[in-house]
Amino acid sequence: MGDFTAETISHIDREFIADLLRKGERLDGRAFDEYRELSITADVVPAKAEGSAMVQLGDTSVVAGVKVLVGEPYPDTPDEGVTMVTAEMSPIASPLFELGPPREDAIELARVVDRGVRESETVETKKLCIEKGRKVYMVFADVYPLEYDGNLIDASSIAVNTALLGTRYPEMKIEDDDLVETGKMLSLPIKNIAIEHTVARIGEHLVIDPILKEEFVQDCRLTMAVDRDDNFTAMQKGGGIGPMSVELIDKAMEMGLGQAKEIREAINEAVKHIE
Amino acid sequence: MSPEKRPDFLISAEGLRFDGRRPDELRPIELKVGVLKQADGSASIRQGKTYIIAGVYGPRELHPRHLTLNDRAYLRVVYRMATFSVPDRKRPAPSRREKEISMVIANALAPSIFLEEFPKAVIDVFVQVIQADGGTRCAAINAASLALADAGIPMRGLIPAVAVGKADGKLIVDLGDEEDKYGGGDVPMAIIPQTGDLTLLQQDGSFTREEIMEAIPMGITACNYIHELQKEALKQAYVRRPEDGEDDDDDDEDSYDDYDDDLETDLGEAELMEDDE
Repeated sequence: MGDFTAETISHIDREFIADLLRKGERLDGRAFDEYRELSITADVVPAKAEGSAMVQLGDTSVVAGVKVLVGEPYPDTPDEGVTMVTAEMSPIASPLFELGPPREDAIELARVVDRGVRESETVETKKLCIEKGRKVYMVFADVYPLEYDGNLIDASSIAVNTALLGTRYPEMKIEDDDLVETGKMLSLPIKNIAIEHTVARIGEHLVIDPILKEEFVQDCRLTMAVDRDDNFTAMQKGGGIGPMSVELIDKAMEMGLGQAKEIREAINEAVKHIE
Repeated sequence: MSPEKRPDFLISAEGLRFDGRRPDELRPIELKVGVLKQADGSASIRQGKTYIIAGVYGPRELHPRHLTLNDRAYLRVVYRMATFSVPDRKRPAPSRREKEISMVIANALAPSIFLEEFPKAVIDVFVQVIQADGGTRCAAINAASLALADAGIPMRGLIPAVAVGKADGKLIVDLGDEEDKYGGGDVPMAIIPQTGDLTLLQQDGSFTREEIMEAIPMGITACNYIHELQKEALKQAYVRRPEDGEDDDDDDEDSYDDYDDDLETDLGEAELMEDDE
C-alpha cells in the first residue's frame, strides 16, 4: 500500500519477479491485466451499520461500514450533506502495520478512497439536506483492513462503494424543533459510482492489482477511479519514488478501463438482494 | 443512527427473556479458527449479533523497547471497535473504555500463557469488534484465547468468558445489548476451566453478596460450556480427516466419520445447561 520499497526483500525474490515479468508471467500466474479472485459480501453488519461490506481480493480483505448521522451542515454549503471516508491500518491485518496514530500510508489510503467517492459525486450531497442551514445527513464510510496482501486501495474502494450502495437509513424530519423518524427507510441518493483500479509499475512492466511481493519491488503505482461512463474522476501516483512515462500512464489507463465494468457488475450483484 | 428504545419488559410473564431465551441460556455461538492468513493465529466469534475477529502476532520483537520485560514476554492486547459497530458512530480514536478493556482482556488471558518462555518478546493480540451487541469483552476473550492457540503459543489451556447480569431482578447469563443497557447490572467473568479460578471479574449495577455468589457459579457453568465449544472449534481447524483410499490405522477413524454428529450430540446446549438446573 504505502511505500514498502524499503522493506526487506531478498535479491533472489526481486530478480525472480523481474525474470518472470520479462517472460510475461506473474508470481501467482495471473495475466498482467487480471485481478485476483474477488468476493464481495454486502450487509455484514446488519444490526448496527446502515450499510456494510466485506471484500476479499485474493488474500487481501477489508470490511467497510457506513453510518448515517444527522448533523449541522458546513457554513459554506448550508444545503448539502456530508460524506466522508476514513481508513485505519489496523495492525491485525499485517505484521508490517504498527500500532499508533495513523501514519502517512493510512492517511493516503483514506484520502485516495475518499477522493474516489467525492470527486465522482457518488452521493448527491444536495439531496442529503433535511433543513437548509440546520440539519443534514452525514454519511461516514469507514474501512478496516483485515488481511493485507497488497492493493488495499482497490479492495477498500470496492468495499466502500458496495456499502454505500447497500445503505438503508431511516428518514428524519424536524417537527417542533425535534428530530423525528418518519418511518420511511431511504437509500442514499447515488448519482454515480467510481471504482479505483491500481496498476503497479515494476521496471518497464505494468501489472494491475499487485500482491504484496509485487508492491515490495514496484517503482511506483498509479491508482485511477473510473466511473460509470468510463471517465476518470480521481488519480494518485504513489507507492514509491519511481517516475512514470506518459506512454506507461496511457497504458495504465487502458488497463484500468478494461477491468472497470466487470468489477462494477460484481458490486451491483452483491447488493441486489438488499431491499 | 436509529435511537434504540427500551423494551417493554426484559423478563416476560412466562419467565423468558426479551429475545425468548431462558435465564441461563446463551446466545448462539459460532467460533472459527484460522480466519486471517496474515496473522500468526486468528479466530472469529459470532455470539448473537456480536461479531468479533481476533488476530495474534508473535512472539516477536517488541517496539517500543522500553516496554520490554526481562523475564517474560509482554502480552499486548488491543481491543478496538469499528466506528460502525454501534448504533451511533464511534469516534475513530481509541477511547478510554477501549484501553481499559484491552487491559482486562490481557489480564484474563495472561495466566493461561507460558509467557516466561519468551523473555523480552511481545505477543500481540488484536481484537476488532465488527458488530457490538453486548458482551464484547467476553466474546473477545473467547476468540482471542483461540487465536493464541492457533498461533501455536504454548498455553496451559483455553480461557472462556461470559457475563452474568440482572434483569427485572432475575439473574441472566450472556447479556444482549438491551439487557446490558436497561438491566440491573452486569458481572463479566473469565475462568481457568481446569481450576475454576477467575481471571476476569468486573461488575456494575447493584447486586447483593448472595446474588454475586449465585451469579458466579452460573457464569462458571456457562464458561465450561463455552470451553467445550472452543475445544471443538480448535479440533475443526486442526484434526485431519483421512482422505478416501488413504491407508489409515488410526483407532479413532470412526470418530472422524461422524465428526459433525458428535458436535450435535455431545454439545447440545440443553444437555449441558440442564446439568446445573
